[in-house]
Amino acid sequence: MKDKNNNSGMTLIVKTVTRLTVGLIMLYGLYITFHGHLTPGGGFAGGVILALSFIHLILAFGKDFVIKKFSEKIAGVFESIGAVLFLTIAVSGFLVGYFFINIYGKGIPFNLFSAGIILPCNLSIMLIVGFGLFCAFLTLLLFISSKE
Amino acid sequence: MSHLPYILCLILFLIGLYAVLVKKNLIKIIIGLGIIDYSLNLFLVLIGYKKQSIFPILSKDTQIQPMVDPLPQALVLTAIVIGLAVTMLMVAIAIRLYEKYETFDITQIRKLKG
Amino acid sequence: MNNIIPLFVIIPLAGAFLNSLLGRFSKLFSDILSNIVCILTTFFSFVILFNLNLSPNNILTYRVGGWVAPIGIMLVVDHLSVLMLLTVNLVALCCCIYSISYMEKYTDKWKYYALFMIMLAGMNGVIITSDIFNMYVFLEIAAIASYALVAFGDESEKLEASFKYLVLGSVASAIILLSIALIYSYVSSLNLADISLTLSNMVDVNKVYFIKFISLLLIVGFGVKSALVPFHSWLPDAHQSAPAPISAMSSGVLIKTLGIYAMVRILFNIFGVGQKILSIIVILGLLSMFVGVILALYQWDYKRLLAYHSISQFGYIILGIGLATPLGILGGLFHLINHSVFKSLLFLTSGATESTLGTRDLRRMGELNKKMPLTTFSALIGSMSISGIPPFNGFWSKLIIIVACIQAKQYFAGFIATIVSFLTLSSFTKVLKYGFYGKSEVDHKNIKEVPDSMVVPMIILSLCCIFMGLLLLPQIRQYFLDNVVNVLQHGTIYATKVFELR
Repeated sequence: MKDKNNNSGMTLIVKTVTRLTVGLIMLYGLYITFHGHLTPGGGFAGGVILALSFIHLILAFGKDFVIKKFSEKIAGVFESIGAVLFLTIAVSGFLVGYFFINIYGKGIPFNLFSAGIILPCNLSIMLIVGFGLFCAFLTLLLFISSKE
Repeated sequence: MSHLPYILCLILFLIGLYAVLVKKNLIKIIIGLGIIDYSLNLFLVLIGYKKQSIFPILSKDTQIQPMVDPLPQALVLTAIVIGLAVTMLMVAIAIRLYEKYETFDITQIRKLKG
Repeated sequence: MNNIIPLFVIIPLAGAFLNSLLGRFSKLFSDILSNIVCILTTFFSFVILFNLNLSPNNILTYRVGGWVAPIGIMLVVDHLSVLMLLTVNLVALCCCIYSISYMEKYTDKWKYYALFMIMLAGMNGVIITSDIFNMYVFLEIAAIASYALVAFGDESEKLEASFKYLVLGSVASAIILLSIALIYSYVSSLNLADISLTLSNMVDVNKVYFIKFISLLLIVGFGVKSALVPFHSWLPDAHQSAPAPISAMSSGVLIKTLGIYAMVRILFNIFGVGQKILSIIVILGLLSMFVGVILALYQWDYKRLLAYHSISQFGYIILGIGLATPLGILGGLFHLINHSVFKSLLFLTSGATESTLGTRDLRRMGELNKKMPLTTFSALIGSMSISGIPPFNGFWSKLIIIVACIQAKQYFAGFIATIVSFLTLSSFTKVLKYGFYGKSEVDHKNIKEVPDSMVVPMIILSLCCIFMGLLLLPQIRQYFLDNVVNVLQHGTIYATKVFELR
């Protein structure tokens, strides 16, 4: 995967376009997650698009470049933080009455910050799914490359 | 004739089942299981259909009309994620099996017998 | 008191997530956290058992999120649920204590504990929920965790067994999802009690055929999950290659919860079975009993032999429940909890011998009664229980099932059950002779008893084997087992009771 100047990954055109667009892909994933209670989408879809942006980086720049900045340990820690956050939101309803109750107040319909606990739940699911898929991809990639 | 979509879903399920039962390559079995999952998700979404209804999303400028049943769509969201998790696990095990046995052929991966 | 019901799912999930966040930094933390979680869930299940007789209608309900059923999800605990909860959490506690020293030879113990906690949360969720799609989600959670746990480790046998288990389990889950979709399209509700009430009030010409078709689909789907013959081909491989505490959990409680409990709950309480479905269940039970014990007779691998005996004992449970008389249901359910206890005990002893001797072949073990006395004592008690020797618990449940067969005028079934019991006894005599008491072909030097944390759970389960026959005394039985039989016998009263308390 490396040419004679020790540059791994794909050609220069792909790398330039990736630098321009990978931020937009991540922003699109965040948009779908944040508007999960107004438009179709939500945590799962936004998380998958977020994972796609990371995988785009690996495909364009090569594995070694990305792993130096963003190893699979860090991805695993982020995923666990998302999981613990989700459980905290659910248990915090316990203090008021029932498990999983809506405690944040409903707000005005069709605004961004309305509809109770749906927004924080979507955020934590996006963390879990996005970093989980990226961690799984990295694990399989490292396994294959360590056998060559 | 109005039951045609359901019959097509069943045919898709049978195609996936054929791939799981007959094919000898590990990867083809994984793809067959994926086809079974997709056919069931399609069947679930088609159950909530009503004639002359629109999509079940409420925004500021929609009039109240008959809408399609949104509950099966929520069920399908969960079922898709479950299918994703099972597929990831199967691919990981298939990669390790290739490393151990040097082949993808299931007739030669038979150390456990009896 | 109703508020502690969701704790059965919250506490193991919290344990799993905290394990995956902080457990990678220190090994001692993951050990202590997992065992605290298991002790807490066992304690809460005893608390619910003692409170269940004081509540109205003998049922405890809880609304998740405050939403009223049938709009919201309800959690319902009645006597059958509390029986399963006790068994699952007690066996999980024993296996968790056992894994402290058994899993030392694998790296990354925190991954094992995280998956174990997720499997426990899934099983508890299946037992306490009262919503059919919620049951499917928890079933999938527990099943996916167990697929990954069977493949834990690096040998080639484990991967092959796990792949076989994966493919068959996925097809079974697909069939269960298909039947849930068909139920929803017919009744347009997902709450178990609501489905039952709507089905009994519905007037439709095709209702009987529809219910029979869905019952057959569900028997096939749950039958693959609980390894009834002819769907049993994944069980010997998966239980032979898994690590020993996972074999004990899986054969002891996982296939019972995912297979038999879910099938019984839906068929008996929601649909109200007819005579034809019950006769299919009885035939499957007889087939499992016979085929399981015949195939077990020529095995020389200890864990594979135990797995085949699991299939045959399942036939007893299904036969007892399929007879649908009060004595039959009592025998079937009592054999269910007995089998969890003594089969887990036997699998734990097999793990102990494997970790010291390094082999599972019966011809290469031997003369262990002098060097490993506590392990041999536990294996002796487990073997006597499964063969049905008085006064251990296996004897009482097998006796009740055979008497129920004769009382229901199914003489052929009683005859087969007695013959299978004799063959089980002969098979375990072979195990004790070659494995523990006889001379071995290979000379073993300097082996000693397994560490303490592996012996304590075996002693706990052996004491349960010896004293569990006391549950049949009339004074104790009217509090516990009689109410359990009532749940299944007057099946469709479940819906009325739940709707009064929603």
